[in-house]
Amino acid sequence: MDFKASLALIAPEILLSLSALALLLVAAWSRNSSRLVSILAAVALGGAAFLAAPALCAGAMGPDTLAFGGQFAADAFASFSKILIYVAAIACLMIAPTFFDRHDAMRPEYPVLVLLATLGMGIMVSATDFITLYIGLELNSLAAYVLASFMRTDDRSAEAGLKYFVLGALASGILLYGISLVYGFTGTTSFEGARAALTGELSMGALFGLIFVLAGLAFKISAVPFHMWTPDVYEGAPTPVTTFFSTAPKVAAIALTARVAVDAFGAQVDAWRQIVIFAALASIVLGALGAIGQSNLKRLLAYSSINNVGFILIGLAAATVSGVSAMLVYLVIYVAMTLGSFVVVLMLRTADGEQLEGVADIAGLSRTQPLLALCFAAMMFSIAGIPPLFGFWSKFVVFQAAVEADLVALAAIGIAASVISAFYYIKIIKVMYFDEPAGVVTGKSDWAHWLILGVTTVFVSPLGYLLTSPLGDLADKAAAALFFVA
Amino acid sequence: MGGFPILSVMLLVPLLAAVACLFVEAKAARTIALAATLIDLALGVVLWLNFDIGGPQWQFTEHAPLFAGFNYALGIDGIAMLLIVLSVFLMPICILASHSIEKRVSEYMAAFLFMEVLMIGVFAAQDLFLFYMLFEGVLIPMYLIIGIWGGQNRIYAAYKFFLYTLLGSVLMLIAMLWMVNEAGTTDIPTLMQYDFPPAAQTWLWLAFFASFAVKMPMWPVHTWLPDAHVQAPTAGSVILAGVLLKMGGYGFIRFSLPMFPEASAQFVWLIWGLSMAAVVITSLIALVQQDMKKLIAYSSVAHMAIVTVGLFAFNVQGLEGAMIVMLSHGLVSGALFLCVGVIYDRLHTREIDRYGGLAINMPKYALFFLLFTMASIGLPGTSGFVGEFLSLAGIYQANTWVTLVCATGIILGAGYMLYLYWRIAFGVQKNADAAAMPDLSLREWLMLGPIAAAVLWMGVYPESFLAPMRQDIAALDARLSRAAPEGDAHLVAGTPHAEAANAVGGTHDAGHGEAEGAH
Repeated sequence: MDFKASLALIAPEILLSLSALALLLVAAWSRNSSRLVSILAAVALGGAAFLAAPALCAGAMGPDTLAFGGQFAADAFASFSKILIYVAAIACLMIAPTFFDRHDAMRPEYPVLVLLATLGMGIMVSATDFITLYIGLELNSLAAYVLASFMRTDDRSAEAGLKYFVLGALASGILLYGISLVYGFTGTTSFEGARAALTGELSMGALFGLIFVLAGLAFKISAVPFHMWTPDVYEGAPTPVTTFFSTAPKVAAIALTARVAVDAFGAQVDAWRQIVIFAALASIVLGALGAIGQSNLKRLLAYSSINNVGFILIGLAAATVSGVSAMLVYLVIYVAMTLGSFVVVLMLRTADGEQLEGVADIAGLSRTQPLLALCFAAMMFSIAGIPPLFGFWSKFVVFQAAVEADLVALAAIGIAASVISAFYYIKIIKVMYFDEPAGVVTGKSDWAHWLILGVTTVFVSPLGYLLTSPLGDLADKAAAALFFVA
Repeated sequence: MGGFPILSVMLLVPLLAAVACLFVEAKAARTIALAATLIDLALGVVLWLNFDIGGPQWQFTEHAPLFAGFNYALGIDGIAMLLIVLSVFLMPICILASHSIEKRVSEYMAAFLFMEVLMIGVFAAQDLFLFYMLFEGVLIPMYLIIGIWGGQNRIYAAYKFFLYTLLGSVLMLIAMLWMVNEAGTTDIPTLMQYDFPPAAQTWLWLAFFASFAVKMPMWPVHTWLPDAHVQAPTAGSVILAGVLLKMGGYGFIRFSLPMFPEASAQFVWLIWGLSMAAVVITSLIALVQQDMKKLIAYSSVAHMAIVTVGLFAFNVQGLEGAMIVMLSHGLVSGALFLCVGVIYDRLHTREIDRYGGLAINMPKYALFFLLFTMASIGLPGTSGFVGEFLSLAGIYQANTWVTLVCATGIILGAGYMLYLYWRIAFGVQKNADAAAMPDLSLREWLMLGPIAAAVLWMGVYPESFLAPMRQDIAALDARLSRAAPEGDAHLVAGTPHAEAANAVGGTHDAGHGEAEGAH
């Protein structure tokens, strides 16, 4: 494979890096250009999504998609994840300016950092080598640490950034240690090589390597027992950044985990499946129980995201094409629901622009802001997986894949535990619809917020089912590409 | 009916009306809701009249592959048709009964209309997952109805209702996924003929049981019902008792029995045991209630236990009886909740002691209330008698001891219902405010009159209701026959006499008559 073909395969990454560097210069030269930089960054992301789309539509897979001697794969699976990541990042760019402007904290670095983080995520989902994986992961993480503490004057934001950094560095260390073990016992850093070397009985050292790698990745996707940072960081980080954290990087980390599990450790499914099953069930249960006592909406949604990761991992535990496909479908719907929910949190403001985050603040919202309450209620019922809302479909496909893979017990326990999480979702609805109005949410909202909320609400409404066929087809193509090597 | 998609239209009318209700003022919303439910009632009547008794098992079928894995498949047999007619019959009455709702009327009407869509859909669905989605979807409007327009303790009741029924249902979803994976189809009629391996049936049956037992509700998972009933607004209680509980029975008759006959036979003592316990225990609990709605709620649990024993009698009488009890209970308990609603609207209390001697100042009301009380007890001539008699006749063939215990339910039922009636309608007028209440208004006549007529019709000429479902029950009975447990009654049909007992003429009789005369 010549260099030219490799460069053609990484076109989205090239576009994003060049845009990020160029916009960084713009940011350095003019401090008041934040809106322009945001728009240009969004355009760059849109362009990158456009460049990634052909591989997905064609269902690209196999050696033709490997760049730079098999270190980077631009297959349909990577494209699917990238497009989702780029779209989520665009949404996060759209919602940010009004928030930061109000706190007088909007600087053009924000879109640049988002671009860099997104670039890292693109590399993550395309990684077919542990070194590529680590570069992508760190590029994403370093940008994310800065984003978490973006509001320098706010104590909570600074605290969130520091916490994220310390724990993230620890996780990176665990991951690197695992990678070094895997390298030591297989003699290669490429996924394909590791896969070929790890057949038959797993040696103790390689097993430790596998466990450490998965533990490091579990931190990135905030699966139990490596979830502790999530509520603190989600609560402390500025809300647009939290929105970003709970969507795009999550997609990237989960897609990466899937690729590592299926590709690098594809010959040892039984070894990692039990880890994934444990993490899935523990995330579902702890995510649900942890959320019950929360009085802060961002914290509650953080636990909700932990809970959702558990369901996504059930799809991975199936270790089949339909399982991974279900996982991708879940991710798409999850991103929409999460975006919608956080946008609602962003829209909760008093008349003089103070941001509200408490569960008590939305009391009686259905009477003061009926449309907002209706959208939020749809999000909550949807995340709870109550039909006929679209969130039900995401749970449905995941459990269908698990049952097809003969993991009936896992599916039964998982779905029974989902009832616990339904408790706090309907609690939100109870507060909005049954309680007397608190009357504090009186602020007007930005059109960008309404736009994203409207789109996501229509998406999670029963109308979303119209998309199941195309969405399922694309996810099947992506999943097939992931399993191509097998 | 040609190609007219009547079931889809029945779903579409309330759906559009519900959306319309969200955008209009209270008064217009009431009108829209009433009009939509009346249109649906008319369509329901058309449905019944055009139902071809003795024709194909599944009629009015519609089928469209909708999206990945889901089919939009509708179709009804006699059982589903009757339950749909019951639903559309009760809906306009519920809308009329909601006259006292004054806050957020548009949303209230929209919630009820959404509910109607989901209810009709549940009974008409022929696709397994479509059924599940509609079955679960009912939770959302009901949660809101109890939570927003309910009584004092409404939030607790709403939570309990939602979580209890959700927990029951989710396991059923896993069982459905397994079944579809095994059988390779989501088509309910095909699945009803599919023989699952008996070992798997056990688990599948239990998963479905978890859902339907909660919905039904069976003792001891009935505890959500009294709370939900008491706290829900009158119309909510009517729908809850009238239609939602029937979803559990419908589930048993549509899924558990035909799909898992072996497992049903295996668990027959579980059902019988729980039903016997329910009949005795909840009847005794009903006896000591001070709250009218709570009393009727507990009586619902007892009646539903008669349904479950009838269903699991594995014979035609039991199945038919169970269906008639369901229909009858839908009408009667709905009517009783309306009766409570009538006096609650006047005095704003459900406490029995606050009333008394209403027969004096509200004679027409007392008459209706008496009729429904008697129907609930099972007085011959009312619908309750037909259903309970058939159910108990069915279970007698299966097990005499179960019959003995369940029959006490009728005696206890007479006890608590008559006690209730006595305390409310008879005796002296001890409370001045209760004594000053006016008799039924025209609106209340319109609510109670049709139900009373239906109750008497079903009691006097049940053939109208038995005929449409006879063929389906026979098919179900044939499917169950291979697994039916042997009864302990050993009934032997006697040799019939050559002539009927009251025959006139014939030599022997004539001679006998002469001898009598001579004597």
